Amino acid sequence: MRDPTTCSDRDMGRVEVKETTCYMCACRCGIRVHLRDGEVRYIEGNPDHPLNQGVICAKGSSGIMKQYSPARLTQPLRRKAGAERGEAQFEPISWEQVFALLEERLGRIRSEDPKRLALFTGRDQMQALTGLFAKQFGTPNYAAHGGFCSVNMAAGLIYTIGGSFWEFGGPDLDRAKLFVMIGTAEDHHSNPLKIAISKLKRRGGRFVSINPIRTGYSAIADEWVPIKPGTDGALLLAVIHEIIKQGLYDRDFLVQYTNSAELVVDDPARDNHGLFYRFEMHVEEGCFDPENKLWWDPEIGAVGTHTPGADPRLLGSYTLDDGTPVKPAFQLLKDRVDAYTPEWAAGITGIPADTIRRLAHEMGVTARDQRIELPIQWTDCWDNEHASVTGNPVAFHAMRGLAAHSNGFHSIRALGILMTLLGTIDRPGGFRHKAPFPRPIPPCTKPPSGPEAVRPNSPLDGMPLGWPAKPEDLFVDEAGEPVRIDKAFSWEYPLAAHGLMHNVITNAWRGDPYPIDTLLLFMANMAWNSSMNTSAVRAMLTDKDSEGEYKIPFLVVCDSFASETVAFADLVLPDTSYLERHDVLSMLDRPISEFDGPVDSVRIPVLPPKGECKPFQDVLIELGSRLKLPAFVTESGARKYRDYPDFIVNFETSPGSGIGFLSGWRGKGGEKFLKGEPNPRQWEMYAANGCVFHYELPRSYQYMRNWNKGYLHWARAHGMTRYAEPITLNVYSEVLQRFRLAAEGKWPGRQPPERLRKRVATYFDPLPFYYEPLEGRLVDTQRYPLNALTQRPMAMYHSWDSQNAWLRQIHSHNYLFVNPRVGAANGFDDGDWIWVESPHGKVRCLCRFSEAVEPGTVWTWNAIGKAAGAWGLSPQADEARKGFLLNHLISEELPPCEAGTHISNSDPVTGQAAWFDVRVRVYKAAPGEPEISSPQFPPMPRVPGQERRRGRWQAYFAGRFRRK
Amino acid sequence: MTQLALVIDLNVCVGCHACVTSCKQWNTSGWAGPMADYNPYDADPTGTFFNRVQTFEVGTFPTTETVHFPKSCLHCEEPPCVPVCPTGASYKRPQDGIVLVDYDKCIGCKYCSWACPYGARELDDQQRVMKKCTLCIDRITDLSLPERERKPACVLACPTSARLFGDVHDPDSEVSVAIRERGGYQLMPEWGTKPANHYLPRQKTRIHIAPDELVRADNPLRREDLTTYTGEETIDDLAW
Repeated sequence: MRDPTTCSDRDMGRVEVKETTCYMCACRCGIRVHLRDGEVRYIEGNPDHPLNQGVICAKGSSGIMKQYSPARLTQPLRRKAGAERGEAQFEPISWEQVFALLEERLGRIRSEDPKRLALFTGRDQMQALTGLFAKQFGTPNYAAHGGFCSVNMAAGLIYTIGGSFWEFGGPDLDRAKLFVMIGTAEDHHSNPLKIAISKLKRRGGRFVSINPIRTGYSAIADEWVPIKPGTDGALLLAVIHEIIKQGLYDRDFLVQYTNSAELVVDDPARDNHGLFYRFEMHVEEGCFDPENKLWWDPEIGAVGTHTPGADPRLLGSYTLDDGTPVKPAFQLLKDRVDAYTPEWAAGITGIPADTIRRLAHEMGVTARDQRIELPIQWTDCWDNEHASVTGNPVAFHAMRGLAAHSNGFHSIRALGILMTLLGTIDRPGGFRHKAPFPRPIPPCTKPPSGPEAVRPNSPLDGMPLGWPAKPEDLFVDEAGEPVRIDKAFSWEYPLAAHGLMHNVITNAWRGDPYPIDTLLLFMANMAWNSSMNTSAVRAMLTDKDSEGEYKIPFLVVCDSFASETVAFADLVLPDTSYLERHDVLSMLDRPISEFDGPVDSVRIPVLPPKGECKPFQDVLIELGSRLKLPAFVTESGARKYRDYPDFIVNFETSPGSGIGFLSGWRGKGGEKFLKGEPNPRQWEMYAANGCVFHYELPRSYQYMRNWNKGYLHWARAHGMTRYAEPITLNVYSEVLQRFRLAAEGKWPGRQPPERLRKRVATYFDPLPFYYEPLEGRLVDTQRYPLNALTQRPMAMYHSWDSQNAWLRQIHSHNYLFVNPRVGAANGFDDGDWIWVESPHGKVRCLCRFSEAVEPGTVWTWNAIGKAAGAWGLSPQADEARKGFLLNHLISEELPPCEAGTHISNSDPVTGQAAWFDVRVRVYKAAPGEPEISSPQFPPMPRVPGQERRRGRWQAYFAGRFRRK
Repeated sequence: MTQLALVIDLNVCVGCHACVTSCKQWNTSGWAGPMADYNPYDADPTGTFFNRVQTFEVGTFPTTETVHFPKSCLHCEEPPCVPVCPTGASYKRPQDGIVLVDYDKCIGCKYCSWACPYGARELDDQQRVMKKCTLCIDRITDLSLPERERKPACVLACPTSARLFGDVHDPDSEVSVAIRERGGYQLMPEWGTKPANHYLPRQKTRIHIAPDELVRADNPLRREDLTTYTGEETIDDLAW
């Protein structure tokens, strides 16, 4: 064997190194892909990339096995005549046939009723294009997966602080001294959070994890506080109670930067009860909150907010000169949390009251006594000069553990308010925004307001998704009933900012509110792990009407791999891998900005497309051109863009706006950024700069951005926001109160249908409150005493890599993790086959005892279990025989209740899928039962164009693998 | 004499497996490759890995610790796998202390894996030779790589920088300082193998708040400290 030190790896073949952006999950790290003789030899983190700073995770390092996976689709396919959906019987067709077929079908839909096309995408980081396509087509029936992922997190915080976690903001762990992570399911996001947590720990920062389960990040927490699922809101409200009781809030911050001191009308007899008292002032129409509200100064009485010299009261009850009784919003908050004592929360959360008090004291005292002061001058919106930026170094991070409950919106509002009370918003060591956030509360984009927005052969009048601020922003008809297929922005889910993808198939199948013609799914595994009630949803996809036609007439699936959903398609569009495509991670969508300024990035192909794979983006550009959607053609109807890269360079949000998909190297010669004329060499410039553009804001614009005059004017001038008005934090949400008043019959405009009045009045509370998750109130919790949760493991987080030969060796099947006490009480042992049963179904699986889960919870790694034969795996693969999917136990709809018979199993404010509300019981499988997971499905056959199954073994060696 | 090694910081390891697959991708196409996978798309998939993460729990609920424990060849200073090798395939490089296997000499007899108390060696069933961590010898000795990259793939990949690499015999190296100051330890030192790799233990950070720190003189509640009065009768109206 040759001496390993005598020759270089570079001598073993023709070496090329290309930079692009990872897509093994949704983090979008910068990578360098090393090729040897045209095959991927090594993928490393790009050390010059701001996001991952050179590191790479388990998934990123396994990109090779995704690229060469036998699950890859390589040809467009059409369901064979006579074959049934679900059987995966396909015949190859050409792209020209695909486009002709879709042009005809979609053209007809568009000319008759555009909403009969529903476009839903699993990944939501190319919404700038998919959303544009939907709007241009004219259908409102469009969303990405946010509705079943974490819209509660986005909406709960955006409606409170004007920003949210992950892409839009996060914990500043470089400066935090106390970091509290509550309700994260190992996710959102990955490498940057790992980098940040390890730095915090190295600096001696304290890390507390509040979670029913101790895995992943929680494993290295200094303290693990187990909590019962769905009770985070109770804990947070009790912490707020204790913070206020002890006076541990940042009073000056609350007065200056939040609506805490603003006076709220306090007279239930009045129609404007619960709204801010507003004085007459000329207010320009806009989506900002005008400064026509009052404070109560003890010396002067009522004064306009931010009156120089005024020192308003946060507490008390006052009467204005015109006789209107008012209270500062903070007094209402204090009234609200009076009953939320630590003792009260202890009984709900399972956390001892002393621990709750101690956590509150740790947060409050650290925030107050460890203040950071940075020598950065800045000017606020009221022209006050500040000699420094200060920060209270307590940071939080939260995600689906809070979000995926039907009480998640209010839990997250409570978290946003706690972060605000501690004075941590966009300050060092606390929460910091990422461009384009902060944005107005709520942001300006609105859905259409009525069915007239949908017209044949016309773009949608409004955006398919948006941020309602009042009942008039809802997307409902005269009767107050939904216009969208998923019922988003209706009175059932008024603030459904990300749509409700989890109800699309059920609603379309039932024809409620109406039937559709074509369902186009991109990267969304709706016949498996992305649907609740999976078995029923699969049956809906194959269900036929009395004429023998499928109830959902035409199903188009675009994916890179032979997923479970592909088996149900009428038309399959083979997408490329991430190494074979152009892509943009755009400021118009969910970019990868850093705390210090905007960042966006691109993918540039490293390899040619496999077979006939075509990037979905190119498919949309082609279809948009053929259908003559206005954005894609000239006035004379001629095709405007050659392909996706051409579109990216030349598209502007409106002619001459200078705003396009990419913010870097704009202007004719690449001399501008964020705004500027199209630059024909923009792709080259990204390529020459590691595929990433990062603009570092001046230091004085990096903090306090909700109220930082310089920053807000800069952001407006660079097209990131429409208004340079202060973004006052909504401790008290007047937006919610407007909906409540409508439900109470006190709003002059739209009001909800009768069946929903009580629901809206209850859940549109302007202050957060705790309620037991909806399902728990409608099912027998004596019979189903346990909560069941899912997480994705780090090696599979946000990925779709069951087809990955390396990653599946880490997780080829999943177990139900249960506390040994639960096993003992139910008569089974570690490693036994057990049944886990909910009111909606049951699943047989393997159990594993764990002391790292609170005894009221069972949990598993999600989306490890697969249907037999899918994803290029043998039908005998562990994923199908031993792995299982918990989704079978979770209903997409609630049991019939006052609000309706088909109400989504979701948060009543946002429509966020309440995955984590499911209640179960567990018991041992009977002797003699087969030792395989249940339910099982007939194996999915290999589809045309998919590689033959590989042999018993495989040894990857770059440069020699494909030549074998 | 130089002894290269890894020092693994259990205080920050979150068990993400980045080290596991970055090792696999570098080494399968490198000097020590390929690293075969059995049943890659079938039941019971297994394969050759030089580095694996084991996860275990300590204690009972609610005082449970979850420990992620990455493990690879420890490059012992007294490696028991070397003297038992009948063909001389297993050897320890004198210049840097790395333990390697020469596949041309290895006959796959597994004596070394029986001798290794750490279970670090894996037989590649396809090639019938013993394989294990090389500390990415073909990276760290490749002078054509920039110096920053002359590190094992796992060290470069690790998102929490939990893996330090260097010479444990150099008292001033980053790894020696970490071992000295952080209480770095060896696995099963009683075996006398003197493993070169070390582990850094968990550390807990706590906050102590004295009762008089809780309420300060400038408590903001004092600014609101007024009791409501709405004109009712008072003692002033009655007492004399």
